[in-house]
Amino acid sequence: MADLLTVQDLETRFRTREGMVHAVNGISFDLKEGETLGIVGESGCGKSVSVLSLLRLIPTPPGKVVAGTASYQGKDLLQMTDEEIRQVRGAQISMVFQDPMTSFNPVLTIGQQVAEPLEIHQGYSRAMAYDRAAEMLTMVGIPRAKERLNDYPHQFSGGMRQRVMIAMALICTPQILIADEPTTALDVTIQAQIVELAKRLQDELGMAIIWITHDLGIIAGLADRVNVMYGGYIIEKAPVKELYANPQHPYTIGLLASLPRVDESGRRRLASIDGLPPVLMEKPNYCPFAPRCSFAVEHCWKENPPLLQVGDRHTAACWVNPKTGGERV
Amino acid sequence: MGRYIVRRLIYLFAVLFVVSAITFGLMHAVPGGPFDKEKALPAEIVKNLEKRYHLDEPLVQQYFRYVGHVFIPEFSKTKFSSNLDDDALFKFKIGSVYVKWMNFGPSYASRSRTVNDIFRQQLPISIQLGLMALIVAILIGMPLGIIAALKQNTVFDYMSMSVAIFGVSVPVIILGPVMIWIFAVSLKWFPATGWGSKPPYLLGFLPQKLGWSYFQHAVMPPIALGLASSAIIARLTRASLLQVVREDYIRTARAKGLQERLITTRHALKNSLIPVITILGPMFAALVTGTFVTETVFGIPGMGKYFVISITNRDYPVIMGTILLYAIFLVIANLVVDILYAYLDPRIRYD
Repeated sequence: MADLLTVQDLETRFRTREGMVHAVNGISFDLKEGETLGIVGESGCGKSVSVLSLLRLIPTPPGKVVAGTASYQGKDLLQMTDEEIRQVRGAQISMVFQDPMTSFNPVLTIGQQVAEPLEIHQGYSRAMAYDRAAEMLTMVGIPRAKERLNDYPHQFSGGMRQRVMIAMALICTPQILIADEPTTALDVTIQAQIVELAKRLQDELGMAIIWITHDLGIIAGLADRVNVMYGGYIIEKAPVKELYANPQHPYTIGLLASLPRVDESGRRRLASIDGLPPVLMEKPNYCPFAPRCSFAVEHCWKENPPLLQVGDRHTAACWVNPKTGGERV
Repeated sequence: MGRYIVRRLIYLFAVLFVVSAITFGLMHAVPGGPFDKEKALPAEIVKNLEKRYHLDEPLVQQYFRYVGHVFIPEFSKTKFSSNLDDDALFKFKIGSVYVKWMNFGPSYASRSRTVNDIFRQQLPISIQLGLMALIVAILIGMPLGIIAALKQNTVFDYMSMSVAIFGVSVPVIILGPVMIWIFAVSLKWFPATGWGSKPPYLLGFLPQKLGWSYFQHAVMPPIALGLASSAIIARLTRASLLQVVREDYIRTARAKGLQERLITTRHALKNSLIPVITILGPMFAALVTGTFVTETVFGIPGMGKYFVISITNRDYPVIMGTILLYAIFLVIANLVVDILYAYLDPRIRYD
């Protein structure tokens, strides 16, 4: 399928009191029509910042996209005028945020907020937009949708609010839905419902999804392809099955080993990755994972590895082949 | 909501009871009395005066006599006399029964007038002045604060905040005479002194005739009185709006593709007004009761003068009356604020 969005060498920095923070360091990825791309990584690895950069939602200052292109429908999102990018937001590319408690305006009704994108992007009248909003809410599983349009966000539970958030993001039938840890603030049972909802809506509406999470379990059931991020870099890219069956980066291996398993007999301590996430104050000239890596060899301390082809549609940024312990290049 | 308001009004009476008791106690604890003059009156005369105004009774008895006169309505089959003792703030007729309510008593200092007269004639002017000052404060303060927040750390921000600091720093006693000198004496745009309305008033405080003269008189004093408050509102609006624009839901609005103007007006402003509304209640009460200097500078026959002079004169009924009335203002202003809250923030409901 055709590429819908191609991101190249995206680099975002934040100027802070302590110095420059290199949040995203030249990442490249693409998104195809109708697919689901998972972006996985621990807190602070740059996964949210990278997608917020695409829609230019980084607070500037202190943040700044310093390099890269993001080509969408022949235009570069990063070079668009403010008015052009505004017309993309919510209409063609929309976002669902992590915390459904704080991401709604507490003083406006759900109807006002859900219907708003239709009014501004497609010139719907208030009444028509409300009718469509009620349909959308029904679609995401809100009972008595028409009456609930007049309710305020605090009258909904967390899971319901996230459903409403999804309805609001999809009301203009965008081509891309970016979900920034949409299930992190929810109960496990609700998480599963939201994932199911996203899959169903994708079947019905056909949008592509970028799903950001630190939960590998969710990604397994949802994504077609996965990008693993670490320290502002994409360190492994693979189709989802390939990634779980054959992880090639020591960090990915560590992440997968730290997942609790229900099919395992006996008691064992959960595996963890030693050490701390990298400080992003400077761009390292060595592999950012090397300080925590049990496979690290001398080469890892001399040069930061680029993404290397390790299999069919599978790349990993590691000098070492973890299966053999030998160097790849 | 109705029940809530009723509950708050009952609570108002409790507040008034406490305020009246404390004021009464403090007032009598201060040395000196209403009939102490530079040249002492003969003991006989003072004794007669004290008897006339029941000041010879025990304090507790005096207190309850006073509270009774103010709070308990009196009924009569015949019309009340026009005697000063028979005056009351509210006199009306239900069927064939004459009712009077809230008799604040005679003034000891100005013998020909009762406290009720002062309330009827002077208080409306102070309320008008205070209300207009509040409106001036809002009209100047909110736009300044909004501009400062939206253009944070630009020349607009610094200019707005300079105006705000100027407003807080320059007291009415300086600002008033300077304004009179520039706009009344030199430019002759506005009259230097006076107020353009006379009793009787609509609803007890609104001027009946709004003419050119009224507006001319009502330009400088409200600005002089309200400028300091406008500075407070400006700073608060700025801080509040700056906090709101960092909220997650503002990012959500931006991600939906809203124009910046809509984000501000529809999503940010209403939220940022909540803390500002909070201070409007006490601020209104402070403006109505704090008119003394402004009224003196601009020669306005308002309540402020009586409030201050009554204390130096030990004019007990005037002290009690003004303080009780001011307490009522404060409580009602806060009630209005709480009702506005519920309107602004749907998470707040009172029943």
